[in-house]
Amino acid sequence: MTETPSVLVIGGGSTGCGIVRDLAMRGLDVTLVEKGNLTHGTTGRMHGLLHSGGRYAVSDQPSARECIEENRVLRRIATHCVEMTGGLFVQRPEDDDEYFEQKLQGCRDCGIPAEVLSGDEAREMEPYLAKDVKRAIRVPDGAIDPFRLCVANAADAIDRGARVETHAEVVDVLVEDDEIVGVEVEHGEKAIGIGDGEPGTREKLYADYVVNATGAWAGQIGEMAGVEVAVRPSKGVMTIMNVRQVDTVVNRCRPKGDADIIVPHETTCILGTTDEEVEDPEDYPEEGWEVDLMIDTLSELVPMLSEARTIRSFWGVRPLYEPPGTGTVDPTDITRDFFLLDHADRDGLPGMASIVGGKLTTYRMMAEKISNHVCETLGVEADCRTAEEPLPGSSDFSVLREWMDEFGIRSPVGRRSAQRLGSRTDDVLGRWDGPNPVVCDCEAVTRAEIHDAIDHSGTDLNAVRIRTRSSMGNCQGAFCCHRMANELIHDHDELVVRDSLDELYQERWKGERHALWGEQLSQAMLKHMLHATTMNRDGDPAASDSVIDFAAFDAGEAAPAAAGGATGDDPDRAATDGGTEGENADS
Amino acid sequence: MPIREDVLVVGGGLAAATAALAARETGRSVRLVAHKKSTLRQASGLIDVLGYVDGDGPRADPYGAITDLPDDHPYRIVGEEGVRDGLRLFDDAVGDMYAGGHTDANALVPTYGGTVKPTARYPNSVAPGLASVEEDALFVGFESTTDFSAPVVADHVVAAGVPFEARGVTVPFPIRFRDDARATRFAKALDEDEAADDGRGVRRALAESVGEHLDGEERVGFPAMLGDDHDEEVREELADRLGVSVFEVPTGPPSLLGLKLEDRLFEALDEAGIRLSTGNPAVGYEADGDRIEAVYVDRKGKDVPYHAEQFVLATGGLVGKGIGSDRERVTEPVFDCHVPHPEDRYDWSESAAFGGHAFARFGVVPDEELRPTTASGEPEFANLRAAGGVVGGADVAREKSASGVSLATAAVAGGRAGEEA
Repeated sequence: MTETPSVLVIGGGSTGCGIVRDLAMRGLDVTLVEKGNLTHGTTGRMHGLLHSGGRYAVSDQPSARECIEENRVLRRIATHCVEMTGGLFVQRPEDDDEYFEQKLQGCRDCGIPAEVLSGDEAREMEPYLAKDVKRAIRVPDGAIDPFRLCVANAADAIDRGARVETHAEVVDVLVEDDEIVGVEVEHGEKAIGIGDGEPGTREKLYADYVVNATGAWAGQIGEMAGVEVAVRPSKGVMTIMNVRQVDTVVNRCRPKGDADIIVPHETTCILGTTDEEVEDPEDYPEEGWEVDLMIDTLSELVPMLSEARTIRSFWGVRPLYEPPGTGTVDPTDITRDFFLLDHADRDGLPGMASIVGGKLTTYRMMAEKISNHVCETLGVEADCRTAEEPLPGSSDFSVLREWMDEFGIRSPVGRRSAQRLGSRTDDVLGRWDGPNPVVCDCEAVTRAEIHDAIDHSGTDLNAVRIRTRSSMGNCQGAFCCHRMANELIHDHDELVVRDSLDELYQERWKGERHALWGEQLSQAMLKHMLHATTMNRDGDPAASDSVIDFAAFDAGEAAPAAAGGATGDDPDRAATDGGTEGENADS
Repeated sequence: MPIREDVLVVGGGLAAATAALAARETGRSVRLVAHKKSTLRQASGLIDVLGYVDGDGPRADPYGAITDLPDDHPYRIVGEEGVRDGLRLFDDAVGDMYAGGHTDANALVPTYGGTVKPTARYPNSVAPGLASVEEDALFVGFESTTDFSAPVVADHVVAAGVPFEARGVTVPFPIRFRDDARATRFAKALDEDEAADDGRGVRRALAESVGEHLDGEERVGFPAMLGDDHDEEVREELADRLGVSVFEVPTGPPSLLGLKLEDRLFEALDEAGIRLSTGNPAVGYEADGDRIEAVYVDRKGKDVPYHAEQFVLATGGLVGKGIGSDRERVTEPVFDCHVPHPEDRYDWSESAAFGGHAFARFGVVPDEELRPTTASGEPEFANLRAAGGVVGGADVAREKSASGVSLATAAVAGGRAGEEA
């Protein structure tokens, strides 16, 4: 082969982003296409647990071993995406003693550091644990930011020459002479993503090999190629609390069950989860009882949760898979291991492999194995280096110093920025010219960070959101959605600002609806009042087709009578209502 | 000696103040008990009466639109007369601070989001900016103000089809404050004409820097941060130096226009001889049969009774916590008045962010005298009336009717309370 082999990766989740970085580092010509923004699918919809392996220590020890190994790798290569909170497996009086012992032994068998704490010791660590908690096993669980992780992988790949196209949906898999040769994508209508694709057009992308890393959507891509990939999508709910009721990952120590984990994440805690098979990964019911189940069940571990404020809930879909004929009924029992389906071996259709199953903690290892397979198929000899080379932003931690004087921002804000940006802090904040006010108060995101995100992800404010966490705090964007949009005016016209704002606002609302009671309902009403009452965004005449008769409205006291100077009985005052006012007046 | 008045108003916002003024007009003694700072600081300071009916609008004639509202809307209960009475009380209370009373027609005011919005009364400083004035406008924003982007506002206003040209420019404020300085800091600097970084007075420095951008526009609009105690003076000086009229665009929180309105209302209460007890929450009541005898206010952990003949509940809606909720129920916390709501909390909202949410209409159900009623339609108490956000049935956000509903219900509830005390 004379040319550099080319690979096309479908799916911008952790697996796809991991593969594109790995292959780019090995010198291949790689393109990644994603129908939404990065992490659009399952990756952006998980509880952010960096597994120690403890959760699999009894049921699936090979997975547990992989988890602890990758846990250590990520702490090294992705320091700015990981918070090592530590984790507890908590036993309540009614929980089985024997299982507790199995868990402890399992952890030790798999090389997971595990230490038994008494109830008192556990409560000393986490004061809000229930008074009757019996004991706990302490393990090195942590929290990981999947958004930052994917972005860092994709950014590094781009730096190494890869092409990344977001908002580019695969509409066909191209098959020529019984071989897969590429895909056809449709670029989104609006230029909101990253990449070179012309908005609203279709493009055929050819490659020597195609990797289907679309997780729960793998079956749909398979169908386009004429092969069956029987993914069993399983949904799970996650409920976000307004503060960190716990600073340690808290797991319930019992065999399996819904609502058994609390993950502290940035300024919040995430309660999870459920496991229920669904037909369609994009269309399934999201119901209130699932949210209630999280709160009610996890209150057994942390009683204060029953009265605490939740800010939103979201659902994710696991891409579960098991080989044909296994026949597991309960999705909870399906293995969390991943499978590489080589369609040449399996279906006699060379040119593509599909990846299904797996989990975020081991994304890098999966990417490595898949990249090995790709290289082997294409006859490329290159070693994987992703476990050694830190991701962008993770290399130098000397940047975590006082930013107040340096960049003119208050130190708590600077600290939060530096935590998110890691070693890119100098690059982003130091390069910014001009005032750098805070745009999102809840998450302490400054203008420089917003612009850095816009530079990398375009006008899609949901992509800006996941890079920066802006609008993800307690107020759910009430005070900052429009500020984020305003920052777009430097390079875009007002209509883009408005559309981007509307999209972000609606996306925020989707999850808020699951938290609408008590304090958060009050907050939602305030947000509604700011955006509908004060800004009139719901009744915006600029967004309406009808023409306003401005002369029918008040033009001030000094104005001539025709422009509103008359009093109440002017029959021509109906404005844009097309006469309905008059018709209805007598009804 | 027990605390006793003819009329006791519970609440501290626009509705509570207006209800107290209405009751006082009847010659009765009136006391207002307020807990926290009112939500006025979060409001724009505009007095909307009615701009849209079921999404249809903007309507030029708010009074003509009332009859199109559903039967259970508070405006249908108090009628046009009640709405006019509320505005009369407001106009009397604020005096020449506000404009708009010369006509029944709504004004269209540019907001900081760039939309134009129908409103009935607006602060004087807003008047030159009205969208029906056929004068070209230059909007001016400051580099470190994230809430207000002048180019966004100008282009958005133009997109609404206004009868004039508009441009937006962003300039540095002549004094370099900390990057996230609040609107109040800018206002103070202008109020006191502090020295700009180059030694000139800040008003002069600002006018000169804006003047460089003027290109035939006849008016200049700033976010509403042009001074506080001396706002008229600031505006006049800027207008003189620029040679064009100067106006303010209402903003979100912290809203200086809202704060100024709050201050003015409390002055009016004082002038009217209304007694004030602030800083402590109403936590319960004492009743004899269907009559309330006293409202209990929690003062440092002690329940202190406030006696009266007549009571007005004006504690606000969901934002002001006059209406509360948990996962199962929506409640009115002080008197536990009936608040109807769909059983399933997922029916409290719509999937579209700006949909016709049920929660936006949550509140007590008033009878024809604005007394909150039970589920079977009987008055909860013979001598309790409700006003403002705590009253249900109006979607004030979509209708742009928040202030008007507060004023109208307060005028009627306060007036009746005074008459019967």
